[in-house]
Amino acid sequence: MTGNNDLTKKDFTSDQEVRWCPGCGDYAILATMQGLLPELGAKPESTVFISGIGCSSRFPYYMDTYGVHSIHGRAPTLASGLAITRPDLDVWVITGDGDGLSIGGNHLVHALRRNINLNIILFNNEIYGLTKGQYSPTSPMGAVHKSTPLGSIDQPVNPVSLALGAEATFVARSIDTERAHLKEVLTAAYEHRGASFVEIYQNCNVFNDGAFVALKDPKQKVHNQIRLQQDQPITFGPEGEHAVVARGDGSMKVVSTEDAGDRVVVHDAHKDDATTAFALSRLAHNPTGPAPIGIFRDVDHPVYDDLLREQIDGARSKRGDGQLQELLEGGSTWEVV
Amino acid sequence: MTTRERARVQLSGAVVRFAGDSGDGMQLTGDRFTTQSALAGNDLATLPDFPAEIRAPAGTLAGVSSFQLHFSDSDIHTPGDAPDVLVAMNPAALSKHLSSLKPGGTLIVNQDAFTERNLQKAGYEASPLEDGSLEDYQVHLVPLTDLTIRALEPWIEAGELNKKEAERSKNMFALGLISFMFSRSVEETESWLRTKFAQRPEVADANVAALRAGVNYGETTEAFTYTYEVAAASLPAGRYRNITGNQALAYGLIAAGKQAGLDLFMGSYPITPASDILHELARQKHFGVATFQAEDEIAAMGSVIGAAFGGALAVTASSGPGIALKAEAMGLAMSVELPMIVVNVQRGGPSTGLPTKTEQSDLLQMLYGRNGEAPVAVVAASSPADCFDTALEAARIALTYRTPVVLLSDGYLANSAEPWRLPDVSKLPDLHVDYAPAPDADDDGEFLPYARDEDTLARPWAIPGTPGLQHRVGGLEKADGTGNISYDPDNHHRMTELRHARIQRIAQDLPPVGVDDPDGDADVLVIGWGSTAGPIRAACQQLRERGRKVARAHLRHLSPLPADLGELLRSYRTVVCPENNTGQLSLLLRATTLVDVKGYNRVTGQPFSGGELVEAVEQLAFGGGNGQSARDADVTGA
Repeated sequence: MTGNNDLTKKDFTSDQEVRWCPGCGDYAILATMQGLLPELGAKPESTVFISGIGCSSRFPYYMDTYGVHSIHGRAPTLASGLAITRPDLDVWVITGDGDGLSIGGNHLVHALRRNINLNIILFNNEIYGLTKGQYSPTSPMGAVHKSTPLGSIDQPVNPVSLALGAEATFVARSIDTERAHLKEVLTAAYEHRGASFVEIYQNCNVFNDGAFVALKDPKQKVHNQIRLQQDQPITFGPEGEHAVVARGDGSMKVVSTEDAGDRVVVHDAHKDDATTAFALSRLAHNPTGPAPIGIFRDVDHPVYDDLLREQIDGARSKRGDGQLQELLEGGSTWEVV
Repeated sequence: MTTRERARVQLSGAVVRFAGDSGDGMQLTGDRFTTQSALAGNDLATLPDFPAEIRAPAGTLAGVSSFQLHFSDSDIHTPGDAPDVLVAMNPAALSKHLSSLKPGGTLIVNQDAFTERNLQKAGYEASPLEDGSLEDYQVHLVPLTDLTIRALEPWIEAGELNKKEAERSKNMFALGLISFMFSRSVEETESWLRTKFAQRPEVADANVAALRAGVNYGETTEAFTYTYEVAAASLPAGRYRNITGNQALAYGLIAAGKQAGLDLFMGSYPITPASDILHELARQKHFGVATFQAEDEIAAMGSVIGAAFGGALAVTASSGPGIALKAEAMGLAMSVELPMIVVNVQRGGPSTGLPTKTEQSDLLQMLYGRNGEAPVAVVAASSPADCFDTALEAARIALTYRTPVVLLSDGYLANSAEPWRLPDVSKLPDLHVDYAPAPDADDDGEFLPYARDEDTLARPWAIPGTPGLQHRVGGLEKADGTGNISYDPDNHHRMTELRHARIQRIAQDLPPVGVDDPDGDADVLVIGWGSTAGPIRAACQQLRERGRKVARAHLRHLSPLPADLGELLRSYRTVVCPENNTGQLSLLLRATTLVDVKGYNRVTGQPFSGGELVEAVEQLAFGGGNGQSARDADVTGA
């Protein structure tokens, strides 16, 4: 789906001054989104961005589309109500690791499992930025921040694993500064019917700088980015010298490509069974070493809003358009003269 | 003795209470008898009362479920105080309800359930059937279980029902017997049973057989010397049906969608006693109703805001604990100034409280229970059928003033039934509103999402999909007009005042408070809101019969209050305000009118009886009453 209108990035850029900290990874994501939507043929008036609370959740103010900056953690609930009633719209949810995985974890799980037609973009910076630097549900064990002076004792959650466990039909991961990769992933999310979940590793240069350096630093990233590509063997490294193979129990490990021989896992995001996708998501927890990015899962399942409309249309064709007088007179009535 | 030889006594009205174990089907029995009475043309009011536990341990006091029906040949307003007839299906039901039976009242007891084990569970040391403790009543000991099983022997022998299944029909036997006593046709219940059990015709047949056996038992036993007849009430002409508050509320919402030309969206999370609204709407998809059972109360409220942003008539329904969870999202809803309806079917609080009992204790929660200054409109229904009209009124206010509107109902209204004269749908109010139109191609002016209508102060409803009206809304403070984020001190003050003013504007199209004062010379006003309307009306009628000069007013609009309310209250010597809470409307009235309103406040989980309010008004307004206790007051037929 390429651009069929004459719109440009400018048409998706609002007149509001962007107020993230200089150097924040959010800028790169915003620019990518503003540039991508016209390429996809999206219309500003049919596009809605809904966010919760947090740094990332200011995003809608900067898009010249419809938008709601809602309350902490609840963006998927507003987006659900909107997407269910308005199938003609492109509804995006912008959330973060605190908003989407902590206070709003419940809603994320349920929006994904229902497969409502939404694109949920989670900016993961492993920190609470807006409240000035407390550990988040994705901060690694031991992370020292304002509320964890002796180190975090919380086991962090892996957002991709969580989404897969929640029956999400589209699950992907990208990186704020990898513009081409991010565009590719967001395009696929946009084109997927049903709920799409995209985790974006996003650097918070003020409170958690360098969290993803292993995947972002030009020298390190070639050794650590495991790029998942449909129907391709999963290998990585400057010379493709590392490969992902499956253990006997289905879990994955990294070995040398040489040792792997023909055992290298060939990536198939369209496989209905999510087991392999889940195993891939477990290759890295907090990404300090090799970590997969790309589309983990992309399958077609019935979409909630379609099913609901089928029920409504079905009821109408079976019972006729609802007649109020008939409804009120249903059951036993009697006449008083 | 045949029916014809039996004396048939004309009554103006009667109160019948069915009481049994939760598993005995008392609600269904009461429901059927209600429909039969309605079809006989009586005016009626019902009071279902059941435990929160689905099946509390069988035979215990905690497991007793009851259904009271008051039916009459004249206009009635309450489900009645003391029953004339009590059906007790087991010792626990007898123990719990005997004290409310009128002296000399009729008691029908299922003798078979009075086993030693059941007596023990109900806390009886000796059987009340044998120790003379029932001698003040007309007692009919009926072996209901045994008679039912015997009536169903053909089905048991044919292997179509086992004994336990057969025993379950004993409520139909009891219904047959009561139907006989009150000369009610069971024909409608027979056809209802055949529809309900269409998939299992043998079960339908067995229940019909049990029902008829109950009627026949009454006819052939000499124990029932009298049968009773309550003539049709002289209600205003029209077509009637029975309706509960929850059902009327659901229908009102559907009607509001139709009248507004908008798709109805209901996002809700199951909670007693509100769930039936979701159930009813889920069945009406052919009206284009989209129902969404959310993962929690917060999600339900969020989905409603999303649907309202998209242009739907969006509604959620819950009860106190659920509303508490929605509070933050309701604040957002208020702040983004979108139309929507939040139904609170109040139950006993605080916390989980009394899930299946009624109370009016969420008024202040609805008015003030959000952070910051977050005014919303609040309306309250006053009877089961009034839930229909109140839903339409809530929608009118929401759509006209672009505001969340809280609709207060309660557990009593939700589950009790009354005859409803069906409205002519062609005469329902027109609720159409216009979305903000797309600007003309040559219009290069800026779109102002927080520009306000001069008359209503409502902002434009600019829905996604409209070219040129893209805008962002949110919970952060907005600049007047543009809606952009603003931290400007004066702007915040102005926006706070505008949000209050917009709610106050609603009062401009409210009619003057209606006062019920037949002689026009009362100097005492009894004022209330919500489900106390029936008992207050009944009490005022009795007080007038005693020569007391009392007027009555009942508020549907609680935010904003009607503009003429202060003047009205100040024109009476004494204002009495009965509420099923500790004085929430009284507090509000005192604060807003400076009138020293006298509250009558009780929270028992049960609606007021007319009798207790007579006594209360006597004491609060007439200095101590006339020596007649509330219990002596007879409100039957009032």
